[in-house]
Amino acid sequence: MIRDRVAIIGMGCTKFGERWDAGFEDLALEAFNEALDDAGIEAKDIQAAWLATCFDEVMSGKSGLPLANALKLPFIPITRVENFCASGSEALRGAVYAVASGACDVALAIGVEKLKDTGYGGLPEFGTVMGTRNRLIFPNLTAPGAFAMLATRYFSKYGLSSEKGREILARIPVKSHRNGAMNPKAHLRREITVEDVLNAPIIAWPLGLYDCCGVSDGAAAAIVVRAEDAKKYREDPIYIKAMQISASPGEELLYRWDGVHIETTLRAAERAYKEAGIENPRKEIDLLELHDCFSITELVTYEDLKISPRGEAWKDVENGFFELDGEIPCRTDGGLKCFGHQLVHPV
Amino acid sequence: MRLRRCRCCLLCKHNEPYKERQNAEIIAIALDLEADITTADFTGSTKAVTTALISAANSIAVGEAKRVLVCAADCRIGRPGSYLEMVSGDAAAAVVVGKEKLASIDGYHCVSYDFADIWRIDKDDFARSWEDRWIRDEGYTKFIAEAISKLLEKKKIDASEIAKVAYPCLYPREHPKIALSLGFSQERIQDPLIVTLGNTGNAHPLLMLAAALERVKKGSKIIVASYGNGSDAVLFTARENFPFSKSIGVSKKMSYRKYLAFRELLPVEKGMRGEDIAPTPVSVLWRNRREILALVGSKCRKCGTPQYPSQRVCVACRSQDLEPYRFADRRGRIFSLTEDYLAFSINPPAIYGIIDFEGGGRYWFDITDCELGELKVGMPVRMSFRRKDFDPRRRVYNYFWKAVPEVEG
Repeated sequence: MIRDRVAIIGMGCTKFGERWDAGFEDLALEAFNEALDDAGIEAKDIQAAWLATCFDEVMSGKSGLPLANALKLPFIPITRVENFCASGSEALRGAVYAVASGACDVALAIGVEKLKDTGYGGLPEFGTVMGTRNRLIFPNLTAPGAFAMLATRYFSKYGLSSEKGREILARIPVKSHRNGAMNPKAHLRREITVEDVLNAPIIAWPLGLYDCCGVSDGAAAAIVVRAEDAKKYREDPIYIKAMQISASPGEELLYRWDGVHIETTLRAAERAYKEAGIENPRKEIDLLELHDCFSITELVTYEDLKISPRGEAWKDVENGFFELDGEIPCRTDGGLKCFGHQLVHPV
Repeated sequence: MRLRRCRCCLLCKHNEPYKERQNAEIIAIALDLEADITTADFTGSTKAVTTALISAANSIAVGEAKRVLVCAADCRIGRPGSYLEMVSGDAAAAVVVGKEKLASIDGYHCVSYDFADIWRIDKDDFARSWEDRWIRDEGYTKFIAEAISKLLEKKKIDASEIAKVAYPCLYPREHPKIALSLGFSQERIQDPLIVTLGNTGNAHPLLMLAAALERVKKGSKIIVASYGNGSDAVLFTARENFPFSKSIGVSKKMSYRKYLAFRELLPVEKGMRGEDIAPTPVSVLWRNRREILALVGSKCRKCGTPQYPSQRVCVACRSQDLEPYRFADRRGRIFSLTEDYLAFSINPPAIYGIIDFEGGGRYWFDITDCELGELKVGMPVRMSFRRKDFDPRRRVYNYFWKAVPEVEG
C-alpha cells in the first residue's frame, strides 16, 4: 500500500502540440524547470529519476542516458521505463516506490515524448514496435482501428444504431474541446459542435477525426518526497491515495472478453479504490482524469471506473454528467483529446 | 479427406513468386502437410500442369504415393497494351490424385516441342511473343490436334466415345476447328471459359476439367489437353456423378487500377507509413512456421481451450500442457471490426476485425473479398490463405490467413 506515504511537491508541464521548434532535450528541460520552480528546489536536490518514453526511443535513443544528457543530471540513478500509454504512470510509480522505500528522499518522474518527427499523422507504425512475430500475424492495425472495434462492439451489444452511437460519442470530444479551449497549454484550443464531429472524415469506422485525440509533442514532470517530508517544501502538497497498474495476459484477444470494456482499467480501478478506501466512486469522486485517447475509450472507461453503471455511460454522456458543470467533471484540462496525447502524460 | 496424409504437393506456376524458395513448400505448410513428402514446382510452360498431373498419376500407379495434390496457379501478366494482357486471367485450381475416384486417369499422350511462340528470359518482367498467325497455324492448332489424336489412337477410342473434349482457347475462331477436324461434334467441345475467365495459363486445364465433370454423367469419358511448348492430352473417365455444381468461382469485381496496383505494375502512393514496414526476420518465420503459415495455435490438454497464437501457458487454466491445434479449417464469426483509413494498406481502407472461431479461440485478422459497409458483427467467415504483404527491403513475400465473409445458408 502506497496510500498517504508519498506526496508530490512540484510539477511541470510543457505546452503540448506539434512542437516543430522543440526536440527531446527542449521538452524535457521545459517540464523539468517548471517542476523545480514549483517545488522550490534545485536540480542538485534530485537524487534519482525515472524517465518514461515510449515511441520516442527512435528519436532520442534507449535507456536513461538521454535524460541525463539533456538535463546534465550528475551521475544519479536514472531508469527509463516504458509501458505504452501507461508509461508516464510507470515513471511516477518508480519514483514513488523509491522515496517510499527510503532508497532516496527526492525523486523525479518525467515523461517526454517527441512524436512529430515520423513524417506522417498518427502514432508511429505499430509494425515496428509490436514484436517481430506479431508483425507477421497482426493485421496492419492502428490505434484508431483497434479502438474502433470497441465502438463497433459497444453499438452492437447495446443496440445503438451507428447513427445514434456516433452521436453519443460525438458529445465527448465536444466537451473536451470546450475544456481545452480554456487551457493555455493545450494542443487543440477550439470549440467544436456535434455536427463538426459527425461530418468530419472517418479515420477508422465508426470513429471520425474528432473521435481521435491528436498526436502531440510534450513533456511533464513530477517531484515526489515521503509524505512526512512534504510540508518542508510546501503547504499544499498532493498526497497519493492509491496507485495501481494492471497488465493484461492477453486473454481479451485469446478467448474471453465482451469487447465493450477494458479489463486492465477495471482491475486497476478496483484495486485503487480498495487502496484509497473508496466504496462508491460515483458519490465520492469529485473530478475525473482518464485515458481518453478515443471518444469510445472515454465512454467505456466511465463504466470501468464504476462511475457509470455497465452499459449506461452513454446515458450519463447524454445527460451532461461529465461536463465542467456536471456532477463529476471529466478531463477538465481538455484531455488527451485536446490537451494532447504523447503516451507518457504522467499526471 | 485428411489432407495431412497427402504425400506430394506439386505447384504449376508460370509467374511464380519465388525463383528460389520452392513455392510448393509454401502450399504444403499452409495445408499443414507432414514434412516427409515430395514437393516440386512445375514451371516454365503453360502445360506444366498436365505434366504434373501425369507425374502424379504415374507415382500413384507405381505405388510411390497414395495421394498427390496438384495445385495450379497462374498470374500471367502481359505488358500493358499487349494482347496477352487482354486475354489473360488470374486463376488457381487444385485436384487431389489418389485411389478414391471421382474420375480416373486412363491414359495420356504428350507432345513436346521447343516452339518459342512466347518466351521470357530470367531478367524480364513480361513475355514476348512471335506473330500470331504463325503461332496459330504452326503451333496451337497442330500440337493440340496431334496430342489428342495420338491419345485416341493409343487408347483405340473413337472421338464419338468422348463426352467432352477440353483445351484452351488462344484464338476463338480456330478453337472449335481443332476438335471438329478430329471428328468431335460441336456440342462435345467444352466451353473454354475464355469469356468469363480469359486464359489462365496453368490453372486452365484443371478449370476446364472441373467444368466438364460438372456437365457429364458417371461413366463418361473426357479429354483435357493443355497447350504450351507442345501439348499434353489426358483421358479421364467420370467414376461418380460430380458432387459440385459450382466448382469454379469468380472473384468479386475490382477496378483494373487496383489490380495493377496489387501486381505492382502501377506505382501507387504508399505514404511514409507504408515505408515503415519492419524488415522480415526469416528465422522467426521458420520457428513459427506452423503458427503463421498453417494457422496452428494451441489447445490446452487440461481444460480444452483452443487459443491462437499458440501459448506456452494456457490462458484459461494456466496449465503448461498444450497441444497444436489448427484453426485454418474452422468457420468463424465476426466479433468486431473496423475499416481503417489510417493504416497502411495496398487496398485502403484496411478492413480487419476480431474473429471468434467455432469451438473456441479468437484472434484479429484482415478481412478480405468484401465491400465497404457490408460487414456486420456476427457475420460468418472462413479463413483463406493470402499474401499478407511484400517486404521491399528483404524481398520477402509474406503470407498469412485472412477472413472471408461467407453467405449463410
